[in-house]
Amino acid sequence: MNRRFSWFNATSLTLGFVFLYLPMIILIIFSFNSSKLVTVWAGFSTKWYGELLGNKAFLDAAWVTLKVAVLSSTLATVLGTMAAYVLVRAGRFAGRTLFSGMIYAPLVMPEVITGLAMLLLFISIGMDRGVSTIVLAHTTFTMCYVSVVVSSRLVTFDKSLEEAALDLGCTPFDAFRSVTLPIIAPAVISGWLLAFTLSLDDLVIASFAAGPSSTTLPMKIFSSVRLGVSPEINALSTLMIGIVTVGVITASLVSKRSIARQRAEEQAAARA
Amino acid sequence: MAQPANRPVFAPWNDPAEKPLIRFQNVTKKFGEFVAIDDLTLDIFRREFFALLGPSGCGKTTLMRMLAGFEAPTSGTILLDGVDIAPIPPNKRATNMMFQSYALFPHLTVWDNIAFGLKRSDMPKDRIPARVEEMLRLVRLEKFAKRKPHQISGGQRQRVALARSLAKAPKLLLLDEPLGALDKKLRQDTQFELMDIQEKTGTTFVIVTHDQEEAMTVASRVAVMDHGKMIQVDTPDRIYESPNSVYVADFIGDVNIVEGAARPNGDKYAIAWAEGQPEIAATSADTIAPGTKVHFAIRPEKVAIASERPEGRANVIEGTVSDIAYLGNISTYKVEVAGGRMIKAQVANERRLARRDITWDDKVWLSFTDTAGIVLQQ
Repeated sequence: MNRRFSWFNATSLTLGFVFLYLPMIILIIFSFNSSKLVTVWAGFSTKWYGELLGNKAFLDAAWVTLKVAVLSSTLATVLGTMAAYVLVRAGRFAGRTLFSGMIYAPLVMPEVITGLAMLLLFISIGMDRGVSTIVLAHTTFTMCYVSVVVSSRLVTFDKSLEEAALDLGCTPFDAFRSVTLPIIAPAVISGWLLAFTLSLDDLVIASFAAGPSSTTLPMKIFSSVRLGVSPEINALSTLMIGIVTVGVITASLVSKRSIARQRAEEQAAARA
Repeated sequence: MAQPANRPVFAPWNDPAEKPLIRFQNVTKKFGEFVAIDDLTLDIFRREFFALLGPSGCGKTTLMRMLAGFEAPTSGTILLDGVDIAPIPPNKRATNMMFQSYALFPHLTVWDNIAFGLKRSDMPKDRIPARVEEMLRLVRLEKFAKRKPHQISGGQRQRVALARSLAKAPKLLLLDEPLGALDKKLRQDTQFELMDIQEKTGTTFVIVTHDQEEAMTVASRVAVMDHGKMIQVDTPDRIYESPNSVYVADFIGDVNIVEGAARPNGDKYAIAWAEGQPEIAATSADTIAPGTKVHFAIRPEKVAIASERPEGRANVIEGTVSDIAYLGNISTYKVEVAGGRMIKAQVANERRLARRDITWDDKVWLSFTDTAGIVLQQ
């Protein structure tokens, strides 16, 4: 940072970061508050974390959320990857434009509408609402995100790699499994992570699709807060922030390191 | 190594008893309205190094992709060893392809890239390592077996791609612009290496290229294509010395084309090309009707240039030097002759430049024999 770092830049940067992180920092600080009153500081304590671990309702909700997120993101990744593959690879078939428009529509669809539509569907086919309906609903709305991520990778994918695999004796499925999939794996994994995160923090669609025995964590937090914010929720939120932060930092470190290594190796090869 | 004097010439295309490895029979390929291959009939023989040459969009890549199985002909049949290959998918064909981009699998090592096809063939598992080692030795990459494609240089990648496509010992190897990504020096070395490998393995090679020099260097026969049609299929020397059309003459190497009207003159033809100038005397194997408009094509290196009028030459044309291109080993003189027409003459620089006696705006005499050029009717 040199003289280009003017007072204007400094102010924008500070404002931006304050805006983004002040609420979270307050939340984290108060999760260590020993007082039951959320807004009055009464000294440092970790007792709310202890109480959280004893709160069965929260733990159950967390377990439901995790189950839903893992199942729905996996299902969405399979379906989304298949859809992306067809859209990018199958060339021009009748209805391709319609199909590609329709797969991206849920990206801009208000969640309330998606949720309501799912609810109506489940009622009309007489499906009992529970974990399975939340999984289905989440798969529906996260699948298009996966498909966007994967298709953007497939577009830049050298098609002759697949042709080479066929030429060397692969069946089309074998070519996909042993050549295409390993190469697009980073995109598939980030698609899965995206779907997982979206499912993890979804409140609206889950509220429509959930039954009495299947409350997700966001639903639980939301309903508890309506009765007043308890320090336990601060503690829970802090834990979630921690997990997400560690995940994001690990992912970016891993990808950065692999890019750096690849670049170094390419330079070494060019010199050789 | 001394060759026996009676070494048989490799020319199966002249032997009516020889069965072709590949036969295109009236093959047409359309993409929508666009005709990529237009009613094409062609035989390629075993152990040939066959080059498809033409400008981009002439259909040469489509032809190759039909052999590999990535495109199906719209009409007509392609026979490989007498069997129609249309219903056979690419993974079941006895052909392998070397891609222009090499298409090496980036997530696999050099060793695994070469073994990729073998693992999917009926070769017993315990024999695969030996075959991979053999291929690595063939392309001199034994030391790089454990590297990934991005850890080796462009020339090495090209050799891995070649080894991978040869590993399954295909009946036919297709090479799509295989040397396009290499720089000129490396390309020339690799051309000889390719010929060497082709000879060693005895595989039939079909190479697609837009580089005429490359086609001439490596191929046993060259096919010049344009707009989905074969213009001429012949050995490199015949393509160069006896092109069958202005298109081929112009596409391969440098050429002077002079238009004129031909008339028979004894066993030769005389071509009137400019008023007040002596007619060009030329021979032709074809019969040409008197008054036919023809193109007389002659290569610049077959035109001699002199500052004095030469004696005893069949054709002598007077002109003025308009431009000189010095290329080191040779110089090309652009000479303006009657009617503002330019004729190029090429001279090997056997002397040092300082002793060159012809320079700009000099009056010179161009001369050539009556068999040096060729009379083209199309």
